[in-house]
Amino acid sequence: MTWRRLFRPAAVALAAQPVLSIVCGFLVAGLAVLASGADPVQAFSALFQGAFTNPRAFTETIIATLPYIFLGLAVALGFKAGLFNIGAEGQFYLGAVFGVFIGYSVHGLPGIVHVALALLAGMLGGFLWAAIPGIIKARTGAHEVIITIMLNYVAFQLTDFLINNRGPLADKTSSAPRTPFIQHAAQLPILIPGTRLHAGLFLALIAIPVVWFLLSRTTVGFQIRTVGLNPTAARAAGISVGWTLVITMGISGALAGLAGADEVLGVSHFMPPAFSTGYGFDSIAVALLAKSNPWAILPAAFLFGAMRNGATFMQLQTQVSADLISIVQATVIIFIAAPAIIRWIFRLRHTPAAPVQLAKPDGAAPI
Amino acid sequence: MIAALQSLHLTELGYLTLLAATPLTLAALGGVLCERSGVVNIALEGIMLTGAFVGYAAALATHNLWLGVLAAMLAGMAIAALHAALSISLLVDQIVSGTVINILAVGITGVYYRTYIQEGTAVGPGILPTWHIPLLDRLPFLGQIFFQGQAITWAMLLLIVVVHVVLFHSVWGLRTRACGEHPLAADTVGINVYLVRYVNVIASGALAGLGGAYFSLQEIGNFLPNITGGRGFIALAAMIFGRWTPVGSFLASLLFAGADAVGARIQGFHNIPYQFLGMLPYVLTIVVVAGAMGRSIAPAAVGRPYKKQ
Repeated sequence: MTWRRLFRPAAVALAAQPVLSIVCGFLVAGLAVLASGADPVQAFSALFQGAFTNPRAFTETIIATLPYIFLGLAVALGFKAGLFNIGAEGQFYLGAVFGVFIGYSVHGLPGIVHVALALLAGMLGGFLWAAIPGIIKARTGAHEVIITIMLNYVAFQLTDFLINNRGPLADKTSSAPRTPFIQHAAQLPILIPGTRLHAGLFLALIAIPVVWFLLSRTTVGFQIRTVGLNPTAARAAGISVGWTLVITMGISGALAGLAGADEVLGVSHFMPPAFSTGYGFDSIAVALLAKSNPWAILPAAFLFGAMRNGATFMQLQTQVSADLISIVQATVIIFIAAPAIIRWIFRLRHTPAAPVQLAKPDGAAPI
Repeated sequence: MIAALQSLHLTELGYLTLLAATPLTLAALGGVLCERSGVVNIALEGIMLTGAFVGYAAALATHNLWLGVLAAMLAGMAIAALHAALSISLLVDQIVSGTVINILAVGITGVYYRTYIQEGTAVGPGILPTWHIPLLDRLPFLGQIFFQGQAITWAMLLLIVVVHVVLFHSVWGLRTRACGEHPLAADTVGINVYLVRYVNVIASGALAGLGGAYFSLQEIGNFLPNITGGRGFIALAAMIFGRWTPVGSFLASLLFAGADAVGARIQGFHNIPYQFLGMLPYVLTIVVVAGAMGRSIAPAAVGRPYKKQ
């Protein structure tokens, strides 16, 4: 049986390309491990063990999946409008800052109200932080890529100022630099006793259909997609392109902020200065792997959650750095974005076009 | 604030600014070549990181700093060639391709850093020697800024001139600009658009790779993960603010580097939280890019892949 026969139906081919891309990504990463003098079989079995088979590994993988779902949706939503939100990492930080502040400073609210309030605060933080590049782009045409990257660095410094060195949000009674712990009422409940799996899981699972509905069944979603496909036509049809850019960035940031608040309320219950280690950056790969399809974010996020969780264990067990998953990510994106390579290797016939074309015919501001 | 500034030695500040501007300018020069030929290069950050790492590793292995510098440039060219292949031949969106390079650079340098450098106990290769130009280095003020320095800073000053001449006073430069403005017209008159773009993207890799070597071989004589800290993106902003010209990019780099140097020097003097000083170059980049955008004119075809009919 040839590859061509195996993958004839278009639907199968549609799923085949991401799967083959992932396989190729691991092969390339394996070669990199081999070249560094380590044993790729050992490394990947440690990765798998850390992700799935160790005690509690599976629930930890799901916990690591949750931020990827929110952040993957955030980046994917931006892609739909032709926006490249590289600032999800910074928005994640701001969401956590807002969430943790409401979480520890407000007293006496019933649990569900306090949690909801803190989550909304997180969304607001992300929304505001992401609206900045949206407004700048709408006003001046400055490309969001540079602005969002720069805002990431500003967000890291700002968080450091707020939490470190007796900053305004620092816990003065603690010797370690961190915020106070959030109120018990603000904690997301644990789902399975003895694990850290929390109710944020439901939130993430609800976010997927909500974003799908927003994009495909609402006026705002229609405007976002139209601006993404052709801003000139959108403008001619009476859509305010500038407003759409701002609102898209804002919603994208709100999702990223929700991820941050969810992480604080569900997992850590306080915020240290170095809060995330690249969740926001990885999510670019999650969104590209899912081809910006909200439903496909779920398996893509799960893959990345498993890789992240497994990589930590792999780094402990073998001499291979957890940065290995960056090589997997980069190669997966290459194979996803350049379908010609996969088509050529596996002799596939039905292969969909590249997922995102950000450079638009009427020339959005170049960088 | 004023008092803090007054207590700084202006000469020292000028010298530090020129040093900090070195990697920015080199990467921005690479960006100028790349974008003038029609290819967006947000991969500068990843190229610099790769150059910093490979340069350091090569210097460590060969005990020769100059071979390290050469290796940094070659590594920059190699990873830029991947950006070229993806964005020119495979028609991958140029920003996606650049992002891939940036992620890949973090992965490769992280993995090999752990196996080759962190695990080993090797003594560092040291830093490039400082040279003085006799007599000129005795000039007041300027002498201490421009006429005592290390190789990469001088190479940067020389390369500004080289890139300027090549871009604006050579046939190759004319062809490059034609490919960036109107590739179809360039193709019609017999210019090989693909070749021109490939060469310019790979040349940008050599320049940014050299910029990366600045961090590991000239500044600190060591490699640390993510040592470039977003400088590649600031270089891109310097290129925009410098209106896609070599000299303009240098002046813009001096501005960003100045903010960096002032921030670093004020820290010891005043009770301004250091995080705000750390933000300075990034905030300045945002302000400058937002402000410059309306007035600077990018190459018309930048960001668009060319597909021969």
